[in-house]
Amino acid sequence: MIWNWFKRRHSAPVARERLQILLAHERSTLGRSNLVAVLQDEILSVISRHVFIDPDSVQVKMDRGATISTLEIEIEIPNMVAPPLAVTY
Amino acid sequence: MANVVVVTSGKGGVGKTTTTAALGAALAQAGQTVAVVDFDVGLRNLDLVLGAERRVVFDLINVVQGAAKLQQALIRDKRIETLWLLPASQTRDKDALTDEGVARVIDELRQRFDWVLCDSPAGIERGAQLAMRHADQAVIVTNPEVSSVRDSDRIIGLLDAKTVRAERGERIAKHVLVTRFDPARASRGEMLGIADIVEILSLPLLGIIPESQEVLRASNLGTPVVLSNPASAPALAYTEAARRLEGEDLDIVIPAEKRGLFTKLFGRRAA
Repeated sequence: MIWNWFKRRHSAPVARERLQILLAHERSTLGRSNLVAVLQDEILSVISRHVFIDPDSVQVKMDRGATISTLEIEIEIPNMVAPPLAVTY
Repeated sequence: MANVVVVTSGKGGVGKTTTTAALGAALAQAGQTVAVVDFDVGLRNLDLVLGAERRVVFDLINVVQGAAKLQQALIRDKRIETLWLLPASQTRDKDALTDEGVARVIDELRQRFDWVLCDSPAGIERGAQLAMRHADQAVIVTNPEVSSVRDSDRIIGLLDAKTVRAERGERIAKHVLVTRFDPARASRGEMLGIADIVEILSLPLLGIIPESQEVLRASNLGTPVVLSNPASAPALAYTEAARRLEGEDLDIVIPAEKRGLFTKLFGRRAA
């Protein structure tokens, strides 16, 4: 409960993170160079040469610190199951 | 030779017009000759914020189209004699502005004034692009709020692509001015902090204008806040921002919240 109260009060870090991710993407699509977005595209293209993955399943995050920066890459790969011959929904 | 500054933001309602009026008045008070130009054709408001709404005869479009001379359209402020306003048209639309016409008017203003401050319309379309086209410097007005920061980022991209300086491969000096900042909420983690905004936009900070009732009072009165209450927090912040625009190196102090016993005990602002 206390944790919920804490989360409710501290919405600024959420705003900050959402903006960083969104702007990294928008800057790349609007022609401004951005490392995170370039990395995301290239990682996606390398992986998808070997495995079928969803474009949204690659998450690249960069945090800039005072002395070091960290690069966090998370890739979701679906479990390999043979595709059914006919798909019905 | 004048400095042409565009006051822009992308998003509407963040304080471009208030900022143009306040920075213009502060620069003029410091002895500079200043023209503030309203580019918001069809929705002019700089005249109202400056208290000159009943003195508009000719406007920017009349001058751009050659129907009036620049000196016929310029309105001299009644309080500061080095401050002049070139109002926008209220009846025409932005398509009446031509690229060549705007270039000619800005050129003429450059020769007569130390500073030309262009109040941009909201958006990223033609009107906003014409306002920034000839700028040497840009003041990007940003509220500590996600949609405002995102739109500022778009505008920064446009400034680097669509201005005459950018096309010539020259630098356009860009500064962020954070308005409507509430230090108490930021310190409680409820509002984006100054460091967050500066880091996300990676631009130098021109100033921080605290959220204040004085800003609305100033616009009610038709007097820039630096004149309506010169000792108020937003007036001091605008005056310092104007000095930084002139190239002075002043430390920026993040406004601290003034807390009385009541708010200390109950953790909320009485307002």
